[in-house]
Amino acid sequence: MKRRKVDLKALPGKTAEEVDARLHVATPLRSLLNKVFPDHWSFLLGEIALFSFIVLLLTGTFLALFFEPSMQETHYNGSYVPLQGVQMSRAYETALNLSFDVRGGLIMRQMHHWAALLFMAAIVVHMIRIFVTGAFRKPRELNWIIGLSMFWLGFTEGFAGYSLPDDALSGTGLRIASAIMLSIPVVGSWVTTSLFGGEFPGEIILSRLYILHVFLLPLILLGLVTIHLALVFMQKHTQWPGPGRTNSNVVGERMFPRYALKQGGFFMLVFAVIALMGGLFQINPIWLFGPYEAAVVSAGSQPDWYVMFLDGSTRLMPAWEIRAFGYTIPPLFWPTVVLPGILTVLPMAYPWIEARWKKDKGHHNLLQRPRDVPDRTGLAAMALTFYMVLTISGGNDIVADKFHISLNAMTWAGRIGILILPPLAYYIARRIALGLQQHDREVLAHGVETGIIKRLPSGQFVEVHQPLAPADDHGHTDLPYVGWTVPKKMNRLGALGPAVRGFFRPVEQAAPPAQEQPPAREEITSGKH
Amino acid sequence: MSESNTPVLVDLDDPNLTTFDIVREGARRDGIEIVHYEPQYPAGSKGERRMVRIVSFFFLLTGIASTAFVVAFIWWPWEYEMGSNPSKVYTPILGLTLGLALIGVGLGILTWGKKLLPHEIAIQDRHDGPSDPVERKITGETLKFIGSELSVARRPALKLSLLGLLPLGAVAAAVPIGAMIKDPHHPDVLFKTGFAGATPENPIKLVRDDYTPIRPEEVSTGGQITVFPGIPGGVSNKYADSPTLLIHLREDDAEVLRQSLYQINNGSPWQSYVAYSKICTHAGCPASLYEQQTNRLLCPCHQSQFLITDNARPVFGPATRSLPMLPITVDKDGHFAATSDYKVPVGPAFWEKS
Repeated sequence: MKRRKVDLKALPGKTAEEVDARLHVATPLRSLLNKVFPDHWSFLLGEIALFSFIVLLLTGTFLALFFEPSMQETHYNGSYVPLQGVQMSRAYETALNLSFDVRGGLIMRQMHHWAALLFMAAIVVHMIRIFVTGAFRKPRELNWIIGLSMFWLGFTEGFAGYSLPDDALSGTGLRIASAIMLSIPVVGSWVTTSLFGGEFPGEIILSRLYILHVFLLPLILLGLVTIHLALVFMQKHTQWPGPGRTNSNVVGERMFPRYALKQGGFFMLVFAVIALMGGLFQINPIWLFGPYEAAVVSAGSQPDWYVMFLDGSTRLMPAWEIRAFGYTIPPLFWPTVVLPGILTVLPMAYPWIEARWKKDKGHHNLLQRPRDVPDRTGLAAMALTFYMVLTISGGNDIVADKFHISLNAMTWAGRIGILILPPLAYYIARRIALGLQQHDREVLAHGVETGIIKRLPSGQFVEVHQPLAPADDHGHTDLPYVGWTVPKKMNRLGALGPAVRGFFRPVEQAAPPAQEQPPAREEITSGKH
Repeated sequence: MSESNTPVLVDLDDPNLTTFDIVREGARRDGIEIVHYEPQYPAGSKGERRMVRIVSFFFLLTGIASTAFVVAFIWWPWEYEMGSNPSKVYTPILGLTLGLALIGVGLGILTWGKKLLPHEIAIQDRHDGPSDPVERKITGETLKFIGSELSVARRPALKLSLLGLLPLGAVAAAVPIGAMIKDPHHPDVLFKTGFAGATPENPIKLVRDDYTPIRPEEVSTGGQITVFPGIPGGVSNKYADSPTLLIHLREDDAEVLRQSLYQINNGSPWQSYVAYSKICTHAGCPASLYEQQTNRLLCPCHQSQFLITDNARPVFGPATRSLPMLPITVDKDGHFAATSDYKVPVGPAFWEKS
């Protein structure tokens, strides 16, 4: 019997042939490998969210192996001495065990929590990027809506996770959540008792939140992430304007190998940051808070940062209760149910609002710089200021304490600030955008400021400008404004030689002086400015 | 450049074609033009060797840090002990080594991709907007055809009977939602606390969190104590609405309170002792920060402030209603006790609460 020698070199090719014979993938695979991606640092913000979501799934699965969402009463008997013998729920006990009695459990818990905070932060910053650059415009409205839904799903998911350990902070958050549900007119009390299975806190809320947190919401999120990415893939990425970039092409790199490698490296870095934070920075030390007791709360009870804006709106709301015909609408209803409703519907409708406002129904694949759409930039600044005032108000007791300000003054500052600051931010941001645009146009017309002062025969001093194109007799050029970066430093244009690299001694030869490069140094100093 | 714009397809059997020529031709057939393709460093140059060294360094770092992680994970003392000892740095060491390992592999891959792979600029066409009109027409007609084949429009009886399927949707919703529904009013959980059932004849004792009853002399003047209904489980979260704040007012403050007492609170305080629900009427946090100087009670969640010398009326913040007052007395054993439940619902407001 003669053994056939395996030809190692031909093996990959042969395997590929065999695969293609069965799956017929040569063409789709090639066009996938060749798909072109434009690149810009701001395109990575959404990816941070995606990568932290993956870390959340990984660490969360680990935690689920040890956590038990049970409200059954028990006495702690683990290795954390200060709580030994204390009565608590199984949920809190297993969360403590995860921190002290499971090898590597604490770092997993902390990585999970940090990844959640990073996930929400990346979503918010990504949304701001999408908004101010106009990436939500036709044909991408659907993805904008999916993105917003994912923010609220992430918010709910985060809140459910925050509630699970059943420590003092969790319980306080749940108590407030139950009050928020109670405040809904007509059905509020039904919703609350149905969800809690009776009066707060009942015995089943944790197991319900658990299913929500580990199964239902992640599943929906995963589905939406998939659709979100599939749409980006199908509709292709937006790109910044620039040389050769039009509304009907994509200029960048093919996906494989360079782009994919960079993405893979970036994922590892995001993972690394989460690992470092999870290991080095303590978060949610539930053993210090103690188990939830309805009679206990401490000063400085703050939710996670992404919930703080709603906590702030709750604190700023005046005590306006509506009572009529024997029924009540508590003031809590407006800042915690109505406000989030507005904050969902308004941005979701914004792509169509803007299309009507600007009378623009066209397809847009080119991004806009924030300065080129001053109105929208102003709106973004307004929304962000609104959000910031609420978020700071969510911790106004801490601010009052640390800076020795009256607590009541902080509340009033928030109430007044929420009315005055957003319009002010709109005005300022809009002016800044217009100013930046103006400066770009100025450079296009007059050239770059060189910092060289020249004395004319008349004795007059003038600053020499370096025009970006051949200038007419008045030193003006006729360059169109295309909504892309305009060089503003002479050095970048090569009028000055580039600096020679090297720390202690030069590692390279100085570049030969520029020749015939309009406009050269002589022209700049020759009097035509 | 899409296929139609390319005048001549490259002959792939041409023996002079390089691999890159074929790759570029493949890209062209996908509507992609590679307009620039340039290595960052000449092959074998000093710069390239430097980059190779950097990438190898990062991967080596990953190797070392990962090994350190595994070693620390297994052998570093990790079990919790009181006081300062090596177990306290177990988590930081894991984080540091894992972080370094991931940074190494991340930067290694990034450097590899960014510096060692050729830089390129490729241009791909988009095919945006609506589909080809012919395609749209064919698909539209296909859909119409499917609709007419189902022939609902031609058979009105069928259309009507389809309405019969609507309740099926209700079944889908009814089972999960219906199973969860709990009536808040039968029993009337929102209007009652653990003190329900207390009467002047059969008062319910106020107890501490260890179920011990309280005598008046045990609360110092100006002091306060959190009390619970002295019933089985009264201290636990099962009666989350029941925590009560028993306050021993200074005599002149008690007089101020007596002067301003709401009608509904008549007879509720006992001498200079008064008991308020601890559950904030705003969002249900225990309002427990008591400022003795101003006689204000502050809820730390949303800063509602209640003036305890005026029926715990809210004087600042988002809360609208006063904290309910618990009618108290001292029973025959000399212990504090409640003579009835709260007279108004405790905690956050809701629709049915008038």
